[in-house]
Amino acid sequence: MKENNIAIKIDDLTVAYNYKPVLWDIDLAIPEGVLMAIVGPNGAGKSTLIKSILDIIKPIAGSVKIYGKPYRKQRHLVAYVPQKGSVDWDFPTTALDVVMMGTYGSLGWIKRPGLKEKKAALEALEKVGMLGFQTRQISQLSGGQQQRIFLARALVQNASIYFMDEPFQGVDATTEKAIINILKELRKAGKTVVVVHHDLQTVPEYFDWVTFLNVKKIATGPVKDIFNDNNLTKTYGINYKVSIQQ
Amino acid sequence: MSNAQIEIQLIAILVAIACALPGTFLVLRKMALITDAISHSILPGIVVGFFITQDLSSPLLIFLAALTGVLTVVLVEFIQKTGLVKEDTAIGLVFPALFSIGVIMIAKNANDVHLDIDAVLLGELAFAPFDRFIYNDLDLGPKSLWVIGIILLVTITLLITFFKELKLSTFDAGLAAALGLSPVVLHYGLMTVASITTVGAFDAVGAILVIALMIAPAATAYLLTNDLKKMLLLAATFGVVCALSGYWIAHWLDISISGAMTTTLGILFLLVYLFAKNKGLFSVLYRQKRQRLEVSLLTFLLHLQNHKDDATERHVKHLNEHINWQKVQSKSVLRLALQNNMIQINNDIISLTEKGEHFAEEAINYIMTNKNAEIENMKNRFFLFRG
Repeated sequence: MKENNIAIKIDDLTVAYNYKPVLWDIDLAIPEGVLMAIVGPNGAGKSTLIKSILDIIKPIAGSVKIYGKPYRKQRHLVAYVPQKGSVDWDFPTTALDVVMMGTYGSLGWIKRPGLKEKKAALEALEKVGMLGFQTRQISQLSGGQQQRIFLARALVQNASIYFMDEPFQGVDATTEKAIINILKELRKAGKTVVVVHHDLQTVPEYFDWVTFLNVKKIATGPVKDIFNDNNLTKTYGINYKVSIQQ
Repeated sequence: MSNAQIEIQLIAILVAIACALPGTFLVLRKMALITDAISHSILPGIVVGFFITQDLSSPLLIFLAALTGVLTVVLVEFIQKTGLVKEDTAIGLVFPALFSIGVIMIAKNANDVHLDIDAVLLGELAFAPFDRFIYNDLDLGPKSLWVIGIILLVTITLLITFFKELKLSTFDAGLAAALGLSPVVLHYGLMTVASITTVGAFDAVGAILVIALMIAPAATAYLLTNDLKKMLLLAATFGVVCALSGYWIAHWLDISISGAMTTTLGILFLLVYLFAKNKGLFSVLYRQKRQRLEVSLLTFLLHLQNHKDDATERHVKHLNEHINWQKVQSKSVLRLALQNNMIQINNDIISLTEKGEHFAEEAINYIMTNKNAEIENMKNRFFLFRG
């Protein structure tokens, strides 16, 4: 792990909805090559943090740098998997077509996806174990399969940094294992992966880096150093005991 | 057919297509209500434009109307963002306000000019051929044919150029934003096109019924296909078919053209809603009935499997009381099992065949592990395991 190389640097980031701060003065440096979980209670601003890094939400203060430059200049380095529930799965389109959408960023405006993009999409489908489902209408997929499709769509972007918003929500155990294996492979390949995560039990098993968030940043660092009762209690506000700790 | 009749039908066809294309995206974005709002609130824009130009199909009037249409969307979103009221309430606040301004302006100033409130609201296609486009004494056809023709041409060009961007921002605005394919620009672009089309569709169906031409064909197409391109084609086709048949129905019954068109659209939607192959009401009901029967079949097979060694539990007569089913249901389940060679009956004692045993194993396995691979071939035979 090259901890000296900072992939994402966030300074004094404050985000507000209707003047009510959702994220307050966040400073965060995410090293290159980590597989990081963002944990925190509901309404802690986990998704908002990802969305403001990705320029989907405009912060009222602070800055975000991806490898030292603003996100707008570094889009090609970043892939994003939104929450599964954020889209309408009854939309008239196929699994392959959704995966192809991952190539739209590198294509830019107006240019259409061609054979090369289709090939990349099929490869990504194969990686997530969904080859054979490409012509399936997306509403005909199970929750786990839909999540795999979303993951494939991010893989096709061939990015250096991956943001995922609750990729394990509503998926079966097999899919969860498959997804985490792919994420671990990405880390092995030197990519940085940031995941909004809910299941505290699996944090030590899945991740090597963790950020505790509850409107303010509580702590960030290696799981083995900072994933403890003290930080959990600070984040969740109740006396937390993680029995799963070593 | 007279020349005027051909011209009227030509206008109707172009209007139907021009409405169906943006309408498809509005339906997919769950924005049908905002179309309704736009179609009403462009009225003040039209009135002001008319006062200035005295011409219902002048480009300035179309521009002003489009501007009011976009203003509606901006206002609705502004009110919504205050967090005080929800979107539907915001729409309900904005468009009556703008619409009533238009109505007052007409009543106050246009009593002596020929801007008739009925014509604006309901349209009168039959009069469209009278307003000619004449250049150097050369008759180039009805003005509204040119207007809607140009609007349609622009719409199709934009649609082909930005199809990929429109699709992504409609399906997943978050990703579109992250990829730099600005969903906000596309959103307002679509709203502008919808506003302009509404004005252009004016002569044909008026400001109010235009919503039918935008929404009904798209909603009908949505029930029939899982492919966005096909949905666009189907919506346009339905629009054209209904516009033409509506015209001829109006002709034969001597009724309002726009009323007949809209009614035809409604009837077509109803038919498709009832009879569509996958999403239609009858097909859904049939599928639910099948599913109930199959769950019963599975319950029955599992019961047989559980009592392999206890013949009394498997006696035909005992089944009714034991599984607590109505006679009719028991009979149909028994018949289904026999048809599929899953059971055999010897001396009124039912037992599973090899196939039945295998099926029960497979099914219970599937339910417990939720693994898909093994079930794929069963899916073809049974509804039960389909999503």
